Amino acid sequence: MELPEKEFLAPGHRACAGCGATIGVRLALKMLGENTVAVSATGCLEVITTPYPETAWEIPWMHVAFENAAAVASGVESALKAQGKTDTNVVVFGGDGGTADIGLQALSGAMERGHNLIYICYDNEAYMNTGIQRSGATPYGASTTTSPHGKESFGEDKPKKNMPMIMAAHGVPYVATASISYPEDFMKKVKKAAEVDGPAYIHLQQPCTTGWGYSPAKTIDLGRLAVETGSWILYEIEEGEFKVTYRPIQRKMVSEYLNAQKRFKHLSDLEKEKIQSHVDAICVELKI
Amino acid sequence: MVLKVMSSNQAIAEAVKLAKPKVIPVYPITPQTTISEYLAKYVADGDINAEYIRVESEHSAISACLGASGTGVRVFTATSSQGLALMHEIIFAAAGLRAPIVMADANRALSAPLSIWNDQQDSISERDSGWMQIYAENGQEALDSVLMSYKVSENKEVLLPTMVCVDGFILTHTVDPVDVPDEEEVDKFLPDYNPEHAYLDPKRPMSIGTFTDPDYYMEARHDMEVAMEKAKAVISDVSQEFADTFGRKYDFIEKYRSEDADTILIAMGSICSTIKDVVDELREQGEKVGLVRVRVFRPFPVEEIYDAIKGASNVGVIDKNFSFSIGGVLHNNIKSMMDVNAAGFIVGLGGRDIKPSHIKEIVEKTNNPSDKPQWIGLNKEEQ
Repeated sequence: MELPEKEFLAPGHRACAGCGATIGVRLALKMLGENTVAVSATGCLEVITTPYPETAWEIPWMHVAFENAAAVASGVESALKAQGKTDTNVVVFGGDGGTADIGLQALSGAMERGHNLIYICYDNEAYMNTGIQRSGATPYGASTTTSPHGKESFGEDKPKKNMPMIMAAHGVPYVATASISYPEDFMKKVKKAAEVDGPAYIHLQQPCTTGWGYSPAKTIDLGRLAVETGSWILYEIEEGEFKVTYRPIQRKMVSEYLNAQKRFKHLSDLEKEKIQSHVDAICVELKI
Repeated sequence: MVLKVMSSNQAIAEAVKLAKPKVIPVYPITPQTTISEYLAKYVADGDINAEYIRVESEHSAISACLGASGTGVRVFTATSSQGLALMHEIIFAAAGLRAPIVMADANRALSAPLSIWNDQQDSISERDSGWMQIYAENGQEALDSVLMSYKVSENKEVLLPTMVCVDGFILTHTVDPVDVPDEEEVDKFLPDYNPEHAYLDPKRPMSIGTFTDPDYYMEARHDMEVAMEKAKAVISDVSQEFADTFGRKYDFIEKYRSEDADTILIAMGSICSTIKDVVDELREQGEKVGLVRVRVFRPFPVEEIYDAIKGASNVGVIDKNFSFSIGGVLHNNIKSMMDVNAAGFIVGLGGRDIKPSHIKEIVEKTNNPSDKPQWIGLNKEEQ
């Protein structure tokens, strides 16, 4: 696959070194090209890319609030349609909090109404912009500032909300998971999402150096480990047809992924085994 | 001119049809719902060429309006009470992003206790948002105000949204004769919207809704205040142009037999029709009573109101809203902005009926004022 050279997210933005979100946006925009309008939910991405009077966006971009990105995009898409500009892509970038929690209603509405838009959830598994608070997408066992581990707690005690399947239940024509560490897989999915007539949802996992607690040099490695251990599975659902898009040759132990991150450092061997057996159960079912 | 009998909600829908918005996101709420229904039917019949979005909440209705307005098209939505309160966050964003949205609000009490009936607490509570606010007295004024509001909001010197407020049920669900203007004349009065300040166009990329630090935020808010001030001249000009085209003239305030009045009542919305009847009756009895109806509440017409009331001995301000420990908001706006003694009255909350006898009681109490705002029409046992 040829990687288009043109960048639509300019350098010089305020992201942390090793930020996974901006990698995801760059890759997505390379596929979508210049005839694209982007909408962002409030969050890291919005704050780091648009410190007035500067902007990193080389395509039209709009942000209104935290929970309404899908509704704003509904308006954008409808207005473009009313003007006959149906060839323009409308893409939304929302974080996991803005997607799985506060923005879920607006997203559900937009998906159910069938707007022709691409919603990309950049999932770093907590509210990172406000300083690492637990979201519905925070995985079991993770220590965050609102689900800290302690004498009486091993951290987050609920499993990660299954957003892609919630989206699939809306019957939208295209749903996929992806990882910034598998750019070709992700970009193919973005292309499919753009070609689909109707709503498309991509749930993009992206490691977060500050929130997960690892060296900024390791972002891509960690994203790979998530997939190679079966902790994050790459699949797509095209017109209801489920397909795993990447299978590790030899699945690695989940502890390798957990041990590489500060947020899981406190877990006992027993907790790690629990997580391993949960991952095993899913992977066996999916033949991974 | 052919007069048609219709409700204010239908009159508003007729105005929207004439204004030709490209995107209409709406969510049902009593007593606004019939506006959404009329518009749905116009779209279904091909009478309006617009994208009608059946959003899942009022929050998304105003958010979709803002997204659509960001692409540079005219938009419309309507709401009421709880719906407006749910929009609150985006109401501020719409003004801050300088989106010339026009929205109708069917004035209704805010919960709790839950009430579907009229007062003006909902829109009054949004007074500091940066939206212009018009309070109509009847269906004709509601229709005309929607058309004028687009022209004012979209003016380059203004670029602020407008809320056209109509009293729930009292106007939204009662009918009176309305002249629906001719489409060609409206097209000339209100041409297409072509913004120079905001457009999501891949050929000329622009970022809308950026993050600001303390070096810029105050300037953005101050610019809105400047625009709100400039809106006064624009409203006057648009009102004059409307009068020249359609023969109906609307000022910031309406003066009814107030020129030589000793006692002047000030109020907003449909209650003014009742007050006019009482004024006529009292005038026949020799009492020099008059009314000043505030039509444009934001921008607040300080000079116009002051000029109209400065000659009166007694002034009574009637509010269908209440700010705790302070009283009616219109009353307090008047007291804070001009050197007048004015008595304040709270009426009609949650749809409490306002009878001519209540207005007479208010006139009586205005002539013998008390310091505290007085609640008129409470059940006897609660007084």
